[in-house]
Amino acid sequence: MTDNELLPEHHEPGFLGLSHTMWLRILAPSLIGLLTLGAWEWAVRYYEVPRYILPGPILVAETLVRNWGSLSVSLGITLQITFMALAVAASLGLALSVLFAQSRIIELSLFPYAVILQVTPIVAIAPLIIIWVDNIQVALLICAWIVAFFPILSNTTVGLNSTDRNLVDLFRLYGASPWQVLWRLRLPTAMPYFLAGLRISGGLSLIGAIVAEFVAGSGGRASGLAYRILEAGYQLQIPLMFAALVLVSGTGIAIFLALSLLSHLLLRRWHESAGAGDRR
Amino acid sequence: MLTLRGVAKRYATGTLAVQDVGLTIERGDFLALLGPSGCGKSTLLRMIAGLDAPSAGRLEWADAAARRDIGFVFQEPTLMPWSTALRNVMLPLELAGVARPEAEQRARQMLARVELAGFENAYPRQLSGGMRMRVSIARALVTKPRLLLMDEPFAALDEITRFRLNNDLLKLWQDERFTVVFVTHSVFESVFLAERIVVMAPRPGRIAAERRVPAEDRAAPEFRTSPSYAAHCREVSHALTDAMAA
Repeated sequence: MTDNELLPEHHEPGFLGLSHTMWLRILAPSLIGLLTLGAWEWAVRYYEVPRYILPGPILVAETLVRNWGSLSVSLGITLQITFMALAVAASLGLALSVLFAQSRIIELSLFPYAVILQVTPIVAIAPLIIIWVDNIQVALLICAWIVAFFPILSNTTVGLNSTDRNLVDLFRLYGASPWQVLWRLRLPTAMPYFLAGLRISGGLSLIGAIVAEFVAGSGGRASGLAYRILEAGYQLQIPLMFAALVLVSGTGIAIFLALSLLSHLLLRRWHESAGAGDRR
Repeated sequence: MLTLRGVAKRYATGTLAVQDVGLTIERGDFLALLGPSGCGKSTLLRMIAGLDAPSAGRLEWADAAARRDIGFVFQEPTLMPWSTALRNVMLPLELAGVARPEAEQRARQMLARVELAGFENAYPRQLSGGMRMRVSIARALVTKPRLLLMDEPFAALDEITRFRLNNDLLKLWQDERFTVVFVTHSVFESVFLAERIVVMAPRPGRIAAERRVPAEDRAAPEFRTSPSYAAHCREVSHALTDAMAA
């Protein structure tokens, strides 16, 4: 037996540790972004668009830097809600899906309500939650959680149920306890599904937090980024509004990238989705 | 070691998968269950493993402890993709409560026995189909089971790899003398490997004939290309044709 060898991993020629495809994936959209910003700046100057209608990107950047002190405080508040909502969504979604996987009856009786929670527009129920819950922080958290939790629940449930039947038989053959089957077989199987859900929920919990802040913001009690957008809008400080908007989008992108990285690190050695030269 | 008496399996759908099977498996047997697809040979194997319960008849174990002392190799390698080859082989020992250092040592030895020393830390997706199957065999043998059940383990492999694994399996069996029940639909494979070939007929699955390949025949040099191999293959092939016609 001499043909023992590891199957070759996909390796592309690269530059600075990143493959050419990777560079293309970074450079091409960056170029489009720069061109768009350039065109925007040029158009604003050429047509002399008033800054309260549409500020140019340079002015937005200046405003962002100048107001960084107060904006960063608001960013911190929004981030806090976002991450807490994501953490609660992840742990509760995971726990509930494990419960669903243990008992078909529980799954059948509760899953429809998770769907109802998911399809009800958060904007419509946020005012109610804010009225019912005294603590505004908690109210915002609940809103963000409602938006974020479903993808984790549904994805992880699918993952837990897609366990290899033969492996289940194997565990049974060796007399594994239900706990061992869950811990050593079902949860690892569900891991890629959970992480895919987490990536969606990361963005959603930010959206949930922002939407809830918008609703609460009219009461003047919240002080997160959404509130700053509202406030800037009322005062016609459009550059400030744009600066806050840039922060919101940037945060969303950062969350997505961080969760993608986490997923890649956890799965790269065994799961097809995280293989070298993956397409996403 | 194990006697099956009047064993039958009827599924909830009403299909009779196995009918009135009587069979005695002796210690040290290498027994092949040979038959076309749908003859209930896999179902029979699952019942021996205790994964399915017979709907009639019974399995009588000479030693009750033996029924828990089983290795099973599936048609697919059925490895945990998130675990290395080593951790996959350690699994049965860990589920049996063997301490980690000992489990690791035994798993390493077993991997070396299937010629996979040096691949302990490889993940299944880095291994070729034949190597994955060898990890799967190592996992089945690591507990030193008295009975090894194999469900068409090499059916998905190319012929060259299959021949090599046939040789390796035979050598392992000759060294360790565990009992093997090997499900296959290949006449050639069953003659090459097994001393007892139980031919099964389909719809409903039942035993139609049994043929023997004596050990001294197999001891012939280059058995796979010898006239006696060809003669055995012809005989088993006829038995199979008769079984299908009956």
